[in-house]
Amino acid sequence: MAKPATIEIDRERCKGCELCGAFCPKKIIRPAPDTNSFGYHPAELFDPARCTGCGICALVCPDTAIVVRKEEAA
Amino acid sequence: MAAALARPEALAPEPMHYCPGCGHGLIHRLTAEVIDELWIREKTIGVASVGCSVFAYQYFNLDMQQAAHGRAPAVATGIKRVLPDRVVFTYQGDGDLASIGLAEIVHAAARGEKITVIFVNNANYGMTGGQMAPTTLPGQKTTSSPGGRDVKQAGHPLRIVEMLATLDGPAYLARVSVHNPAQIFKTKKAIRKAFETQISGLGFALVEVLSPCPTNWGLKPVEALRWLENNMVPYYPLGEYRSIAPGAAELNETKRRTGRTERG
Amino acid sequence: MKNGKILLKGNEALGEAAVLAGCRCFFGYPITPQTELLEYLARRLPEVDGVFLQAESEIAAINMVYGAAGAGARVMTSSSGPGISLKQEGISFLAAAGLPCVIVNVMRCGPGLGGIRPSQADYFQATRGGGHGDYRLPVLAPASVQEMADLTVRAFALADQYRTPVMILADGLLGQMMEPVELPAGPAADPPPRPWATTGCRGRQKNVINTMHLYPEELEAVNRQLQEKFQTIAREEARAEKYLTGDAEILVVAFGIVARIAKEAVNKARAAGIKAGLFRPVTLWPFPARALASAAAKARAVLTVEMNAGQMVEDVRLTLDGSRQVHFYGRAGGMIPAGQEILEEIRRIGGMQRGRCARPA
Repeated sequence: MAKPATIEIDRERCKGCELCGAFCPKKIIRPAPDTNSFGYHPAELFDPARCTGCGICALVCPDTAIVVRKEEAA
Repeated sequence: MAAALARPEALAPEPMHYCPGCGHGLIHRLTAEVIDELWIREKTIGVASVGCSVFAYQYFNLDMQQAAHGRAPAVATGIKRVLPDRVVFTYQGDGDLASIGLAEIVHAAARGEKITVIFVNNANYGMTGGQMAPTTLPGQKTTSSPGGRDVKQAGHPLRIVEMLATLDGPAYLARVSVHNPAQIFKTKKAIRKAFETQISGLGFALVEVLSPCPTNWGLKPVEALRWLENNMVPYYPLGEYRSIAPGAAELNETKRRTGRTERG
Repeated sequence: MKNGKILLKGNEALGEAAVLAGCRCFFGYPITPQTELLEYLARRLPEVDGVFLQAESEIAAINMVYGAAGAGARVMTSSSGPGISLKQEGISFLAAAGLPCVIVNVMRCGPGLGGIRPSQADYFQATRGGGHGDYRLPVLAPASVQEMADLTVRAFALADQYRTPVMILADGLLGQMMEPVELPAGPAADPPPRPWATTGCRGRQKNVINTMHLYPEELEAVNRQLQEKFQTIAREEARAEKYLTGDAEILVVAFGIVARIAKEAVNKARAAGIKAGLFRPVTLWPFPARALASAAAKARAVLTVEMNAGQMVEDVRLTLDGSRQVHFYGRAGGMIPAGQEILEEIRRIGGMQRGRCARPA
C-alpha cells in the first residue's frame, strides 16, 4: 500500500508557471480555475489520493511554494 | 505527517520577485539547500551582482554584500582574502559575468581565488528587458538584436566554462541545466561540489547553470524549458570541465613527485 | 623599524605609516607616480601577516576594497589620475555603503594619459565627489613627506570614526621626493567594533552591505543620513595651516607641494616689504572656509596658486563671496611653478591699484 502523502501549495507564492503540473508523474496538478491576489492561477492538487509524495513538484518549483507531506515509515 | 522539502534555512521566507518560471528562484533554493546541508550558513558570505538577481541579498538568509555590475568576483576576493576561513560565493548572471565582469572572473579564476561562483546563463540581459548578452545564441532575437544575433556584426557567443578551463587556476568547473528534474538534481550536485571545493581548500569553483527566461524569450515556462533543452544545451554542452578528482592529499603528492598538478 | 627620523621617499613613508596605523590590507595596480607604494606594501604587508594583492585593474582593486572593508578590514588602495577615474563607481558605492577605507591619489598631469610629472588637476574630481550621486569624501592634502605619513594616520582614523572612504590627495613630487620623517609610534589602536560587517551571521541576524534602495522614500532617508554625516565632518574636521596671515595684505592660498614653494615666495616678499601671507588648506574637503575668511581679514587681494587651470580657486572665490579680489596663477602639464614666479605675481598684485584685476582667472 502506497504511503499516504500530499502536498501543500502556498497559493499566494505560486505564480502559475505550471512546471509542477508538467513534471508531476501522476499528472494530478493543474492550474486552479480561480486566481490569487496577484492574478495568477495557482497550482492545485486535484487528486490527492494518487499523490505518492515523490517531491518532483517541489523540486521544480521556482518559488518554494510547495511543501510535501509524507507519513514516516512505520 | 513529516514535512519534506520545506524551505531551507539559508533561504529567506520572502516571496521572490522573479518572473513565473524563472530559473533564479530554483537556483537560489538549490544553493540554499546545499549551504544548509554543509552546515555553513553562519560562516558564509554571499555577493549579489547586478541583474534580475540583484535582490539576492534579500533572498539568502546569511551575510550578503551587493556588488557593482560585473565586480562580484573582485568583491568576493576582498572578503575571502581578509576572512579566509569563511565561505564566500558570488551569484551572477550572464551580463554581469560574461560582459562587463569578464576581466574580474578570468582573473579570480586565474588566481585560483578560493571562492564559489554560481553563474546563471539565460542568454539575455533579463533585468533591463531582454537585450543581447554575450551568451545570446546566433540567430536569437533580443531587443538589441531584433533580427536575430548576426555573428558577422555582433560576433559569436562566449562559452565561459570552456574559456576558464584553459586556465590552470580553477579547481572545479561545470555546466549544468535546470530543464528537467534529473538535470535539477545534477545542478544541485554540482553546486554542492563547488562549495566543497572551496571548503576543502582546493580552490576556485564555478558552476554555469543554463536557466530559462520565459518573459524575455516570449515563451511560457514549460515551453521555455523545451527551448533551453533544444537550443542552449547543444551550444553550451553540459558536463564537468575541470574537477580535481583525486583528494587534496593525493593532489599534493602528485605535485611533489612530478612538479605538475595532475587534473582529471 | 625604529621610531625617530629616517630618510624616506614620500610613497614609502605613506606606506609605512599606513601599516603603523593598522592597515593590513592593500589592493592596487601599478601606475606612475605611485607604484613605489604598491611595491613597498608588497614587501611589507606579508611581514605583518597582512593581505597584499595586485589586482587586474584599478576597477578590480576598488571593488576588492569594497569587499574587504565590508568584511571589517582596515584597507587601502592607491592610484593616479586615470586610475582614480576608473575607481569612481566603486568610490560612490563605498560612500553610499558607509565603508571605511583610504584611497590615495598621487596626482600626475592630465587630462587623458597626460604625463607622469606632478599636477594638482584632480582637485575637482576629489572634492566634488568624482563619482555619481550625492556624497563627499574627506580629502587630505599633504605638503611634505612628514605629512604623507601623518595624514595617512589621520585618514584611517577619520575613515573609522565616520564610516567613510577618505582620500589622500598627493602629487608626484611628494610621492617621489625624499625627506627625513618621524614615523608614528606604534602599535596602532584597535579599530572600533564593526557590528555591521559581513563576517558570517553566527549568533546574530544577517548583515547586508548594500547601496540599492528602489523606494524613493527609503533612498531619500538614506541620502539625508549621509548628508548629516557630511555636515558633521564639515563642521568638525576642516584643517588648515596659516603662515604670517595675521597682518597679510596679499594672501597666497595654495595646497600641497605648491604651498611649500609659495612659502618661499611669501618670505621673499616679506623681505622686500610686502605683507604677504600663506593660507594652506590641509583638508580640501571640507574646505576650511571659516579659517580662510579669518586669514583674509586684513588682505586686500588673494592669490591662489595651483598646478592646474584653476580648481581650488573656485572654493576660494566661493568662500570670499566677492569680498576680495581673487587672482589665480597656475601651471599645467607637469610644469612646477618656481618661487620666483609666485613672487612676481605677488609683486604685480601688490603694485596694482585697489579693486583692479589684471587678468581674468
